[in-house]
Amino acid sequence: MQQALADRTAPSAAAARVRRLPPEAGILLVLIALALAFELLGWIFVHQSFLANEQRLVIMILQVSVIGVIAVGVTQVIITGGIDLSSGSVVALTAMVAASLAQSSEAVRAVYPALIDLPVIVPVVAGLAVGAAAGLVNGTLIASTGIPPFIATLGVMVSARGLAKWYTRGQPVSMLTDPYAAIGSGAVPVVVFLATALLFHVALRHTRYGKFTYAIGANREAARVAGIRVGRHLVLVYAIAGLLSGLAGVLTSARAVSGQAGMGLMYELDAIAAAVIGGASLSGGVGRITGTVIGTLILGVVTSGFTFLRIDAYYQEIVKGGIIVAAVVADQYRRRRRLTAT
Amino acid sequence: MAAAVATPVRPDLLEVRGVSKSFPGVAALEDVTLRLRHGTVHALMGENGAGKSTLMKIVAGVCTPDSGELRLEGRALRLGSPGQALAAGIAMIHQELNLLPTMSVAENIWIGREPLNALRLVRRRELNRRARDLLERLAVDLDPQAELRTLPLAARQMVEIARALSYDSRLLIMDEPTSALTEREAERLFAVIRDLRSRGVGIFYITHRIEELFALADEISVLRDGRHVGTSCPRDLTRDDIIRMMVGRELPPPAAAAPAQAGPVALSAQGLSVAGEFEDVSFELHAGEILGVAGLVGSGRSKLAETLFGLVAPTAGEIRIGGSAVRLDSPAAAISRGLGFLTEDRKESGCFLSLSVLENLEISVLSRDFVRMGFVHAAGARRACERMVSALRVKTPGLGERIENLSGGNQQKVLLGRWLLLEPKILILDEPTRGVDVGAKAEIHQLIARLVAAGTAVLMISSEMPEILAMSHRVMVMHEGRVTGILERAAATQVKIMDLAAR
Repeated sequence: MQQALADRTAPSAAAARVRRLPPEAGILLVLIALALAFELLGWIFVHQSFLANEQRLVIMILQVSVIGVIAVGVTQVIITGGIDLSSGSVVALTAMVAASLAQSSEAVRAVYPALIDLPVIVPVVAGLAVGAAAGLVNGTLIASTGIPPFIATLGVMVSARGLAKWYTRGQPVSMLTDPYAAIGSGAVPVVVFLATALLFHVALRHTRYGKFTYAIGANREAARVAGIRVGRHLVLVYAIAGLLSGLAGVLTSARAVSGQAGMGLMYELDAIAAAVIGGASLSGGVGRITGTVIGTLILGVVTSGFTFLRIDAYYQEIVKGGIIVAAVVADQYRRRRRLTAT
Repeated sequence: MAAAVATPVRPDLLEVRGVSKSFPGVAALEDVTLRLRHGTVHALMGENGAGKSTLMKIVAGVCTPDSGELRLEGRALRLGSPGQALAAGIAMIHQELNLLPTMSVAENIWIGREPLNALRLVRRRELNRRARDLLERLAVDLDPQAELRTLPLAARQMVEIARALSYDSRLLIMDEPTSALTEREAERLFAVIRDLRSRGVGIFYITHRIEELFALADEISVLRDGRHVGTSCPRDLTRDDIIRMMVGRELPPPAAAAPAQAGPVALSAQGLSVAGEFEDVSFELHAGEILGVAGLVGSGRSKLAETLFGLVAPTAGEIRIGGSAVRLDSPAAAISRGLGFLTEDRKESGCFLSLSVLENLEISVLSRDFVRMGFVHAAGARRACERMVSALRVKTPGLGERIENLSGGNQQKVLLGRWLLLEPKILILDEPTRGVDVGAKAEIHQLIARLVAAGTAVLMISSEMPEILAMSHRVMVMHEGRVTGILERAAATQVKIMDLAAR
């Protein structure tokens, strides 16, 4: 009898141990494996180290920081069971608006001699406000009309891109002030990305905002019955995602020292990919910022690794597509296994 | 004995021999042996998690046993998929209906086997005709072209049964088919089952309602903790025998409601209506009282509950809480006025299946307590949830366990706990013990009785007559959206209630 009991409890203890591993463990292993693969291929084909190059690593993280900032917002949207397709276009719109307010007075001295440089806070706040406003439109459309987030944000995606072009009739905005350009220089975008990630990691795990976000994604009807004002909360989540897209727009224009209506093209898809690779489930209720950060780094390693191996950019995209699909397949597999186990 | 030797023995329809099955960490079935004879109804009883559903999944080919075998009419049966089981004449009617809501009744019945014309297109008229024939055989009045999602749950269940029969099945598995049905609808189902039995179909029947066994079953097998406890004829058993076999212990007598000490009116409705759902509903609910609400499915009971809780806006009439008229535009507004609402459908509007027991418990109380400047005071919330879990005797490995891994009864306790954390003055319960095993059911009943004794006002909707009769101080009966009577406890009898509910 004692023996039988021991036999029965043994496997469940093992199962519990497996369950206690953070869900990011698997995806972290993928990140490490990819980095090591590039290291190995580097020694074979280009005879140098992939990882032992500080500059390459900095550039790699710098390249994905903007995507990372967007992905932090998109992750929250995905946790509610929604999607945000408008991020890339919102990046372009905020880049245009912010850049236009950050233009150096030197640029237009001939026409407007009285103009002075605006303090750097003005374009930054304007950019964030435009982003938040776009998110507010997304959230309000979804909450008040009940149309699917896919459609609402698709509409905003197209309109925001149009607005970005209309704003300067398609002309790029250049000659920005030095303080503004400083926002995009050096490691600032990386710091902004990591700070944003930390902030919302804490918000999702330790605040009522986070608890409600997960609950809405897990079961919207139950959330409503439990007393959550679902519509109001969704507006907030989409506004935050918009705000972060606006932040990404500021970073992008500052780094390029210009605003262009073509900026941020397809960024929304990279951000969604980062979130999904990191374990966020498009059916809602599941996802973590730590996973999204790792997902973002995976995208960075792939891009940087292919460049390092001097492989055409075409292949990069093909492989990136494969990774996204593989991540979702792995997620489905995990879920199915869990379902049959109960 | 001699007679048995003389007549050639026809093998049993199905024999389950020494079947075991374990899932990671749990032995779901251990060495189960039982048999199903032709033309009999074989009831399977057991608490949630006893292994009934796993056993039936094995018989229906959904999962494969680790050891042991099945013999169908004497021949070994190896099933790799539900499709193979259907081909062998075994069909399962699932607890969670597996139907396609946006397709018609006929399409749902014949899905994958539609009659086709020369161009491989569906012959729609023929499809509908076949469905109509089948439904007529079941004596069910349903339009084959009706879109499924427009039908009430009871009708959808009939569609599921029709689909199972469309395979010319010899063996039917019914997993709690009556849990969503009213007594009258259940009677109709029983008539269908008896008819199938007389035509030689063998039926495995899982239920939590012991009353049904005596009306229906030829044999009863009881499972407990994955083991077969015994098989008997219902006439050799009493209700108490069965319960003892199921739980392996004595149960306290059903919680009888304490005599009503009519407190002040907590909640009242005057001429409350929602167009097309219910009309002119008026009642008063006192503190310390259970007002039972009886009625058939479709009588508007659940819609009334949703309206009282701010999920649906009334089109006429008013709701008063503690004497003052209120307008509830959302559940959040209702909760802030001291209401709680345990919904009818745990899965649809109750549980957050992908979240933990803790997260499921604390979600509502976080709107009010344990939060400062937006930050959750995690330790405080956890302590309160721990106390609730032990007070309700929820069986869970821990607060971090996903709620989907709990049995139905324990899920229901967690949902009840969610409301109790808010200490509501008025609690609306819609089918509080649906799909809950007997042990948990008795505990939930006692809990409700304790709440009421402490002054909570309870509005309890139930389709189970014994529950209504045992628990309620007064019974409000609804029929097609109207209140047909409010009975005092002494006057409330099964006959009287049915009379008002089905006039």
